[in-house]
Amino acid sequence: MTQGDRSHELLAIADRVIAMARPDEQVEAFVGRSLSTDVRIYEGEVEHFVSAQTEGIGIRVIRDGRTGTSSCGTLDASEIAEVLAEARDNLSYGEPDEWAGMATPDGVSVTPQTLWNDALESTSTARKIELAKMLERLTLERDSRVRVDDANYSDAFSESAVATTTGIRVAGRENGCYLSVGTLADDGDETQTGFGFAVGRNVDELDIEKAAADAVDRATRLLGATKPDSRRLTVVLDPFVTAQFLGIIGGTLSGESVVKGRSLFAERVGENVATPLFTLVDDPTNPLAYTATDIDGEGLAARRNVLIEGGTLKMFVQSSYSARRMGVAPTGNGVRGGYGGSPSSGCLALQILPGARSQADLIAGVDDGILIQQVQGLHSGVNPVSGDFSTGAAGILIKNGTLGAPVREFTIASTLQRMLQDIAEVGGDLEWLPMRATGVSLVIHDVTMSGA
Amino acid sequence: MIDNDVLERVLATALKTGADFAEVFASDWRGTGVGLDDGRIEQLSTGRSRGAGIRVIKGETTGFAHTADLSEAGLQAAARAAAEAASRGTGGTQVVALSAQPQRIVSPVEIDPSTIGKAQKVELLRRVDEAARSTGGAISQVSAGYSDGRTRILVANSDGLLAHDERVRTLLRVSAVAHGDTGMQTGFDSVGHTMGFELFDKVQVEDIARTAAQRALTKLKARPAPSGSLPVVIKAGSGGVLFHEACGHGLEADLVAKGASVYKGKVGELVASPLVTLVDDGTMTHEWGAIAIDDEGHPTQYNTLIENGILTDYMWDYLRSNKEGRAPSGNGRRQSYQDLPMVRMTNTYVLNGAEDPEDIIKDTANGVYVAHLGGGSVNTATGDFVFGMTEAYLIENGEITEPLREGNLIGNGPQVLRDIDRLGNDFAMGNPGTCGKDGQGVPVGDGQPTLRVKSMTIGGTAS
Repeated sequence: MTQGDRSHELLAIADRVIAMARPDEQVEAFVGRSLSTDVRIYEGEVEHFVSAQTEGIGIRVIRDGRTGTSSCGTLDASEIAEVLAEARDNLSYGEPDEWAGMATPDGVSVTPQTLWNDALESTSTARKIELAKMLERLTLERDSRVRVDDANYSDAFSESAVATTTGIRVAGRENGCYLSVGTLADDGDETQTGFGFAVGRNVDELDIEKAAADAVDRATRLLGATKPDSRRLTVVLDPFVTAQFLGIIGGTLSGESVVKGRSLFAERVGENVATPLFTLVDDPTNPLAYTATDIDGEGLAARRNVLIEGGTLKMFVQSSYSARRMGVAPTGNGVRGGYGGSPSSGCLALQILPGARSQADLIAGVDDGILIQQVQGLHSGVNPVSGDFSTGAAGILIKNGTLGAPVREFTIASTLQRMLQDIAEVGGDLEWLPMRATGVSLVIHDVTMSGA
Repeated sequence: MIDNDVLERVLATALKTGADFAEVFASDWRGTGVGLDDGRIEQLSTGRSRGAGIRVIKGETTGFAHTADLSEAGLQAAARAAAEAASRGTGGTQVVALSAQPQRIVSPVEIDPSTIGKAQKVELLRRVDEAARSTGGAISQVSAGYSDGRTRILVANSDGLLAHDERVRTLLRVSAVAHGDTGMQTGFDSVGHTMGFELFDKVQVEDIARTAAQRALTKLKARPAPSGSLPVVIKAGSGGVLFHEACGHGLEADLVAKGASVYKGKVGELVASPLVTLVDDGTMTHEWGAIAIDDEGHPTQYNTLIENGILTDYMWDYLRSNKEGRAPSGNGRRQSYQDLPMVRMTNTYVLNGAEDPEDIIKDTANGVYVAHLGGGSVNTATGDFVFGMTEAYLIENGEITEPLREGNLIGNGPQVLRDIDRLGNDFAMGNPGTCGKDGQGVPVGDGQPTLRVKSMTIGGTAS
């Protein structure tokens, strides 16, 4: 993909598909193509070098409220015709849904984003390998107790296009690169693990020093950690941990969860659902967000949406389907998992509006608490429908405003509903992370810690 | 899928830069999925994905490239890319002569799902919806999914190996929401086997639906789980994931080789209660993790990992076993042709003990009875693991009493293995699982008899 933007070729494929639509059908074609590199370094040598190229098309057809979909992992014209025929056949088995339909242009203008950097294309293979080697070296040099599990360089160049018979017609491309390192720290019989990463649209933007420092710090800070006693206490969540929780809270604010009776926030718009300190926005138009984007998965303009303002629930994020069904305007929050998936509603770039103080200042105000630096098993420990959560954790005890001993092998538990009300302060330390949510330190009262 | 002479020429190209080993892995997947939610069949989707991944190993470096183009030109281009990735040098010409292994069948298929009409698959989900909703008036939402897939596999490598496999899997999942005064609760159940549509002659979908619905209903009446350390009795067939997480991953030779496993250097040592014999068995007919050959073309095996508490062996793929000069154990697996193989589990389970499970509960004064576990994860370097209890009860004075709300169980793998003090005689396999490692998911099975762990940390909120 060195010939400039070729996403128009994908759009042409999508156009050809929707041109085959019959008068009584809505047809959507989503076409994607990507090229990626993955280099893994171990002990100064290339352990593997993967060069990957994928492409595919997903076709959705709606007729009389019935939906059928089909996909295939190639852009061969002969196969595409078969995919359309399959999707048509599949729809006859679906049941009519009066709200079924594709997105239609809603007049919201696109906030342009710079999602592509030409310079990344011309980065040599040797340079990519050297970056990963440098990360391994810098990590090892920082602390003699640390070993490197693997150091990785990855990049991805992806192009996609979507067209519908309802007037959506967009194409775009995006690239980025990523460095990561996994670490092991040993002290006698004990081993702890850590990781560090750096992301950018070009290799010059990769902060290798920070990735190395984080990986060393994360692995060594838990050496000597013990299992704490069970009790209720104040927790301070590290930005990275907050971001993981936000991902789950975002799921409960999805319009599709609401219309299908799976959101604990259904029927609560206008009510107080969190402390007044808490304002949550989904803003993919912010270029600082890792998941910044100009259009959503259905081809509508991405936009800034305030979901919770001063503790009051304002709105849910919507796909065109959930918006139609709830009788509200679309919010540009259609998300899809690759070319084969159908769009659903989801958050794109969540952020809590930050407070003013540093994490150190937040800690100084806690008498009996714990700084949670790591959570484990969040996916199995949170039930986004009931709101119950319980997650494995590790961190550092806080006594009278001072950090003390590291602890691990315990859980913290509460409910999402209570946690949002129990937030005592939001830090000022926004951290942009390679995920759909931004990190910031949070102080939360009255969380149950289960240990010995 | 690909002619032998084409494979031989492609492997020769892959070896051109002087590589030690080259491999072509091709697969062709076709599948059908039906989703029901909110009382209606939302959509039926079908998909196809085929392609080949070419792996070239030279010294310590592996080069890998894949293509969706199975023509000779497409394969040759991928072979050159992989060879280039593995090496910047040049080598001589190597000739590969493939000798085909007879195809082995571990899980015979009676009814190929692709011969079943889509209407019949849709009908299964309608039955699920009705059965789940009729389980109790508080059931407010049901979603269910049916999926089947057939994958044809071809592996050819520069050692002359040529092997084929065909894998047919069929799966049904049900998730129910119950609405009550205390809020909403969820329940889940699934059934999946390496077999065809005959699965539904053996299993009544209504049973799966009712189990999921009942789990949600039970939790409406549940109290918060305790917080702290207690004895835990795990029902047969619901806790195999504990062994998968608590020690299975730590016995994968790639992690061991990098010193990222607590079990490194422990072969021959007592690492678990002498009650425990742990096996990984890819040949277990019809189980979710069953495969005739692994994704490097080697036959799967019954591998004893821990015998009467003593660590006997790790699991191996080509790369690690070749380095150690030993035979692979049939554990080299990958998610698709787009991925490099790694050491992965298949069906991992603990063999039966001798006790009546009733006695184990009766002898537990106070504790927690876990009847269903959700997903989990482990840090293999520390052995610390965590997983969710999705159906659990209090044990009071030797009797199962009140249901508990969800919470995580946490522990340390080596410690929990030593702390198993009772083992039942009621072995059962658990729900079909997807194991994630390094971003790749593969189907796995697990199982165990009822057992007791002396003490585990339960992450509830009750004081």
